[in-house]
Amino acid sequence: MTTAPAIELKGISKAFGPVQANKDISISVQPGTIHGIIGENGAGKSTLMSILYGFYKADKGEIFIKGQKTAIPDSQAAIAAGIGMVFQHFKLVENFTVLENIILGAEDGGLLRPSLAKARKELAHLAAEYELNVDPDALIENLSVGHQQRVEILKALYRQAEILILDEPTGVLTPAEADQLFRILDRLREEGKTIILITHKLREIMDITNTVSVMRRGEMTATVKTSETSPEHLAELMVGRKVLLRVDKKPATPGETVLEVEKLRVIDDKGVERVKGIDLHVRKGEILGIAGVAGNGQSELLEVLGGITDATGTIRMNGTNLPLSGKGAHGQSRRHAGIAHVPEDRQREGLIMEYTAWENVVFGYHLDPEYQKGMLMDNAGIQATAQEKMDRFDVRPPHPKLAAKNFSGGNQQKIVLAREIERNPDLLLIGQPTRGVDIGAIEFIHQQIVQLRDQGKAILLVSVELDEILSLSDRIAVMFDGHMMGERDPAKTDEKELGLMMAGISDTKATQEQAHG
Amino acid sequence: MDFMTLLQLLDTTVRLATPLLLACLAGLYSERAGIFDIGLEGKMLAAAFFSAAFAYSTGSVWLGLLAGIGISLVLSAIHGLASITFRGNQLISGLAITMLAGGMTVLIAQDWFSQGGRTPQLEGAARFNPITLPFAEALRDVPFIGPLYYELISGHPILVYIALALVPITWWVLFRTRFGLRLRAVGENPASVDTAGVSVVTLRYSAVMICGVLCGLAGAYLATALQAGFVKDMTAGRGYIALAALIFAKWRPWYALWATLLFGLFQALELRPDLIESALGVKVQVQLLGALPYILTVVILAGFVGKAIPPRAGGEPYVKER
Repeated sequence: MTTAPAIELKGISKAFGPVQANKDISISVQPGTIHGIIGENGAGKSTLMSILYGFYKADKGEIFIKGQKTAIPDSQAAIAAGIGMVFQHFKLVENFTVLENIILGAEDGGLLRPSLAKARKELAHLAAEYELNVDPDALIENLSVGHQQRVEILKALYRQAEILILDEPTGVLTPAEADQLFRILDRLREEGKTIILITHKLREIMDITNTVSVMRRGEMTATVKTSETSPEHLAELMVGRKVLLRVDKKPATPGETVLEVEKLRVIDDKGVERVKGIDLHVRKGEILGIAGVAGNGQSELLEVLGGITDATGTIRMNGTNLPLSGKGAHGQSRRHAGIAHVPEDRQREGLIMEYTAWENVVFGYHLDPEYQKGMLMDNAGIQATAQEKMDRFDVRPPHPKLAAKNFSGGNQQKIVLAREIERNPDLLLIGQPTRGVDIGAIEFIHQQIVQLRDQGKAILLVSVELDEILSLSDRIAVMFDGHMMGERDPAKTDEKELGLMMAGISDTKATQEQAHG
Repeated sequence: MDFMTLLQLLDTTVRLATPLLLACLAGLYSERAGIFDIGLEGKMLAAAFFSAAFAYSTGSVWLGLLAGIGISLVLSAIHGLASITFRGNQLISGLAITMLAGGMTVLIAQDWFSQGGRTPQLEGAARFNPITLPFAEALRDVPFIGPLYYELISGHPILVYIALALVPITWWVLFRTRFGLRLRAVGENPASVDTAGVSVVTLRYSAVMICGVLCGLAGAYLATALQAGFVKDMTAGRGYIALAALIFAKWRPWYALWATLLFGLFQALELRPDLIESALGVKVQVQLLGALPYILTVVILAGFVGKAIPPRAGGEPYVKER
């Protein structure tokens, strides 16, 4: 290739104290291509991109844009160099209109009116050129997440970005929205834009990129052509060992019903009905997976079952009604009823980050007689138990006296799992089991869940990751806007059908559209 | 209540509402940029003292006003330093400023003037005197319009008109200029401003400084226009009432005008208990009337006026995330 690379990094290094976040990294991306950067959490992807966008200054190394050596001391310089960034968490002002967000920081003069008029015209152009349609006068808070992301892309294009960096762009999207995003990216590539896609999802890399770089522990371990690699190979490069990508499990042999939920309604403290009368049941020895885009009532469902939130309706556990509000409706009584809960937000609800691992391992069960020594807690005994559990769950580092905040996401999750699973519950509630967890640890956590099922426990799994739902569940239910959209057999459905249900397109319609599409 | 009495009541309302309005707008700029400021009270108090002290010693109210704005800006800079640069707790910084001003003013006043923590009475050019608007005398005898113009609209110190003019100006700045757009954005989501390549720190400092200027005006008005000199704790909680009015006004300039006028009306009624008595036919304790603005403040803060959504990044120091 004779053209200068759109962007070229040479020997970039960056350390935060003793931690080497980026070590001698070099990449070269050709114009008009999509380059993927893949790696586990903490591999240094985001640091690298922050250097490129002027958030951090590299300790060493050079950046070349279109063959020109360029210094990027701040975001202003990055924008001037034609770099646009779409962050994982959008940088939009929620109660501003789309237009206001687009001109923010790129106004033409002291008064807004001319800038707004110009942006409106420009937006119409961009919409036509890249199929990026958004109502310019809509407030951001009224837009769907997918549309908010479009606004972010439009913001970059409005600033004449030639290089677009997207950081985990599909994390918050439904599968249909993700498909749309990829069509837009395709279109941008056709128009000659250069795109850098940061993700931990192997499938996305395989689907859309031309080339891919793998990062591990701050180093660039490989850069390959996408057409010449495979997901298994990439996973191995990421983790440094062979990884089983599919969950290995036997067909379920469900027994009697453990949990029955009828007409469950939850109204939150703002008076909004979040769960609108749902029914479900979970049997022994099966995993019921609940799919849905975040914020459609799944979290509330878990919280009610875990005794955190009040509700109306009926919940029967092993045939006994559980109280849904007032006295008796709390986590402690749920645990006594045989329900263990691995909450969605492990750092806020699953752990006390400042407490040590051994304290966290017994938390919630600390009043059990076996942990008492007269009036006091049997600390030595608990520490020994904790050590044993942490060894069994392969928590690294295996030090019970370390504070929870010092463990990585995956190891924090293992601590929570060790606590909940080891109590031998009849029912395990588990929300987003692998959010923010590395591939290697995902494999382990999935194995634990399946093992528990094979021991005849009932498992209710809530996840926004469709892959996870599809590979773990024995039955799949889809939630949308507080309703159950229907149930599917994982063997007889696919991402497309579930995706439509997650977007609120009803059962029958989903089937029809599938027949047509 | 006859027409003249009503006009007098409203006239007092306007005079008493003016410092509240200035302080409320001061808070509006600061809080719209995401910096909570419970130090309005302290800045007003310090400005009241310095403006009176300088007006007395120089004989010029304008130099007094400058001194008032000056000290208010110094306190604003301290608040900015604590809450923007050092990312400290904004409530504590504001509280500290108020406490500092409360003690400092009396101490310096005693040292300079030895009148028990007051400044001497201001007279003549050392005060903002009422200005008569054009044709006020001529129109005075025209029925209805004449008295309305002469009694209510004309005859206020210049600062009253400045305060009123600041309402549309603030609206225009906030919603029609680039600065306003960025100011509102930095109070809602500073990360959006930062990633757009605009300095969060500069924006927030400018907002805090504008707040300082307006608090300076409010304090100077108290000591050199509403009254003729500084007395201990003369702000009497007006900074906090202005904050309540700001919430009442949902951080909007025009609503701020109406909210502060309402509080001004309550304060005016306190001075005329006879009006209430004749209107309601029962004798009302003066103390109760005096407590009304404060009761209203509590009621408003307790959230009885419907949902007021503060700027979303309010009170939080901005830390760039990794």
